Amino acid sequence: MAEKMKLSLNVNGQARTLDVWPMARLLDVIREDLHLTGTKEGCGEGECGACSVILDGKLVNSCLIPAVQAEGGELCTIEGVASEEQLHLVQESFLHCGGAQCGICTPGMVMAAVDLLHRCPQPDEAQIRDGLAGNLCRCTGYVKIVDSVADAAERALQVAKESRS
Amino acid sequence: MNPSLHIGHSRIRKEGRAKVTGAAQYTDDVCMSGMLYGATVRSRVARGILKGIEFGEGIPWDEFIIVTAKDVTGDLYVALIEQDQPFLALDRINHPEEPVVLLAHEDRYLLEKARAAVRLIIEPLPPLFDLEESLACREVIWGSDNSFKDILIEQGDVDSVWGAATHIVQGEYKTGAQEQLYIEPNGAIAVAKAEEGVTVWGSLQCPYYVHKALKHLFNLPDEKVRVIQMETGGGFGGKEDYPSLIAGHAALLSLKSGGRPVKIVYDREEDMVATTKRHPSRTRIRSAFDAEGQLLALDIDFALDGGAYLTLTPVVLSRGAIHAGGPYRCPNTRIRARAVATNTPPHGAFRGFGAPQSLFAIERHMNVAAAEMGMDPIALRKQNLLKMGDSTATGQIIKEAIDLPGLLDRALEKLDYTAKQESCRVHNASSSPIKRGVGFASFMHGCGFTGAGESYLASVAGVEGREDGKIHVLAAATEMGQGANTILSQVVAEVLKVPLEYVEVARPDTALVPDSGPTVASRTTMVVGKLVQEAAIGLRQILLQAGFLSEPYAGEAFSNAVKQYLAKNGHLKAYSQYSTPPQIVWDDQNYKGDAYTTFAWACYATEVAVDTRTFEVQVEDFVALQEVGRVLNPTLAEGQIEGGVAQGIGYGLSEQVVWNEGRMANGQMTNYIMATSMDLPRIRVYFEESPYPLGPGGAKGIGELPMDGSAPALLNAIQDALATVTPREIPLTPERLMELVESSNG
Repeated sequence: MAEKMKLSLNVNGQARTLDVWPMARLLDVIREDLHLTGTKEGCGEGECGACSVILDGKLVNSCLIPAVQAEGGELCTIEGVASEEQLHLVQESFLHCGGAQCGICTPGMVMAAVDLLHRCPQPDEAQIRDGLAGNLCRCTGYVKIVDSVADAAERALQVAKESRS
Repeated sequence: MNPSLHIGHSRIRKEGRAKVTGAAQYTDDVCMSGMLYGATVRSRVARGILKGIEFGEGIPWDEFIIVTAKDVTGDLYVALIEQDQPFLALDRINHPEEPVVLLAHEDRYLLEKARAAVRLIIEPLPPLFDLEESLACREVIWGSDNSFKDILIEQGDVDSVWGAATHIVQGEYKTGAQEQLYIEPNGAIAVAKAEEGVTVWGSLQCPYYVHKALKHLFNLPDEKVRVIQMETGGGFGGKEDYPSLIAGHAALLSLKSGGRPVKIVYDREEDMVATTKRHPSRTRIRSAFDAEGQLLALDIDFALDGGAYLTLTPVVLSRGAIHAGGPYRCPNTRIRARAVATNTPPHGAFRGFGAPQSLFAIERHMNVAAAEMGMDPIALRKQNLLKMGDSTATGQIIKEAIDLPGLLDRALEKLDYTAKQESCRVHNASSSPIKRGVGFASFMHGCGFTGAGESYLASVAGVEGREDGKIHVLAAATEMGQGANTILSQVVAEVLKVPLEYVEVARPDTALVPDSGPTVASRTTMVVGKLVQEAAIGLRQILLQAGFLSEPYAGEAFSNAVKQYLAKNGHLKAYSQYSTPPQIVWDDQNYKGDAYTTFAWACYATEVAVDTRTFEVQVEDFVALQEVGRVLNPTLAEGQIEGGVAQGIGYGLSEQVVWNEGRMANGQMTNYIMATSMDLPRIRVYFEESPYPLGPGGAKGIGELPMDGSAPALLNAIQDALATVTPREIPLTPERLMELVESSNG
């Protein structure tokens, strides 16, 4: 039987070292070893995107990533998106625009939106739909999610303008 | 009239912050000390006799908790309508996902190996998978004739009409099974001890359904069973009856382990193949029209495949049968509705509950009939749409001032139907391989339980004053994304004239909240909302009469009054119980009378583009216009409609359950195809508000309505695009459409 191995990585800004099974999924390490249960499992095969996290600046399905692949990496989960009590713009927009319904896809959806706006700060509707295509939502028909992302982009622009003036 | 404080405003979802930060606790997020994981060994054979169970080598079986039907000391059968479905198969196997053995262990990797090492010895019996074969009793697999329910609705004299009719149009329509596909799979955690009783935490819609099932399973009194709803990641009907089984399984394992917590959370495939889906259906319609297109007679034969056990099938059939005539006036109607058994896992509740099946048939049929008679489908519908004073198939007189032709006109206007239809014709005359078309469907959905359902339920809900001066809503209505927490809070805060933050919804927990009925049937806002509204009026009255409050008051004065009252009296609670509104009469024996206290009405219109090389259908535009009473929270209401339409589009075009010997063969998100953000247009939602006097703040139910009209509107549009084909079956996948086109080309 394989032995556990050391895994060192940065999780939401904090250095962490854990003992993990070599073939453990990053998702299990996040949920069970790090107790960060905001990241969800919807399908376990990379279809639904509920387990989306940002690893080394890239949006990934954590159910498809062996934990060892995160060695020395920088991991951001939904718990690392807001700073203390202050929600991220994307989270605020999801609240105000009705982007969250049952909430199970929401953490993954927020991660995908954060990643999209990082790569493409002012996306049009087609770019938003493309950016969220890896995340399934069964409640919303995506309309209010798309609106949430557009709203976050719009408000980010306002914030940038205000800080310049 | 005073402007309302909360009603009609898009208040932010109560539990929204917990959801966007990932803090909300779903069942699988809970880990208890000493917890075991549970797994289910299933039959894999569609029908047979269980002869033995073998536990394979290489597994430390003594470390496992193992439960079979023989361990059940109470009632082995799930208490619902008919007690025919066993928690665990005793000797008879009736479908390929029949639970036979339960295993629990703290190591869930070893648990998976163990599950694979259990071998069931089953002597096979001839199975039945086909609806028609079951109707014909090719094999008797349930009761004496496979029949779960047989309903006859009759009005006028259908058989007197055929001779005199100018047009007689017949058609047969089919709908497939559909998976609810909530993104959070089913799951439950249980702690069961011989002395203390059973507590279950789970992802579920109906805490009191689970409560009842567990009481029977363990032969326990009410107070020894406690069911607590965790945050629930979507339900759509799929967490209506099945959670009783999972909760029972987890509790059986816990009891045998001596009371350790046991968690069972299905993986995606187990959830898809083993739990309930929408009933497949077949509808035959024979219709008679006069020369002007006036409907003279409808003779409808509606049949549902119920799967192996009765579960909720009779009520699904009932709603389907009542909606089968559509929103039309027809003096002579006969609706024969039957549901029969097959050896697939039981089909169950899914948003719409029988109505999407029968409305698909009638709304396709109206277009088929229009084409056969050489009439415009708009004109044909306008001739026949119900108006105030008309009677439905059950003899229910429409007492509301509805304007269905107007609703139809306005939906078509929003789509720009006439201009689009013309431009589609011009486009389709070109050599482009893309063909375009427009279509629509007119329909309704009965709000709340069917017939006498609500009066049997006699639901109770309440409100409670708390020491911090806040009010808690006490109801078993579950939040599963639809917005129950927010809507019930808005209703109560409106009555009490306090800010929304003063009202919280207590977590549905059978030890703490009364039975306000199941969270189903588009009844939460309209029925439970009305009860909490009345309870809130009662609570305010208590404070006013006790002299702690005098009107007008501000929010702070209210919360001070609550605190003072509690300091003096110890508790402050008010309840309200459902009673049938006057003039609502239903005869359950003859299916006559007021099937619903009210209906929501709608017309959906769509434009599609069909690629005649790949046979893919792109939904280019979608208009959903509905009359749903007063809209209590526009953002939430739009979200309900948008999501329902998306599920309806999937139902019509892509969501195909592939069956192999009674088992779903495509139980993965990879090959069961629901829409992504790239596949859908911006669904355009419009409400026409006409306050319903008996609903809280004027609201009707809306949750299921959007599931009903999307599929027929799409197929009507596809027929408009392709002209040469007459699709009659959903899902109309590219493969099916290709076959239709190729066979029509000869």
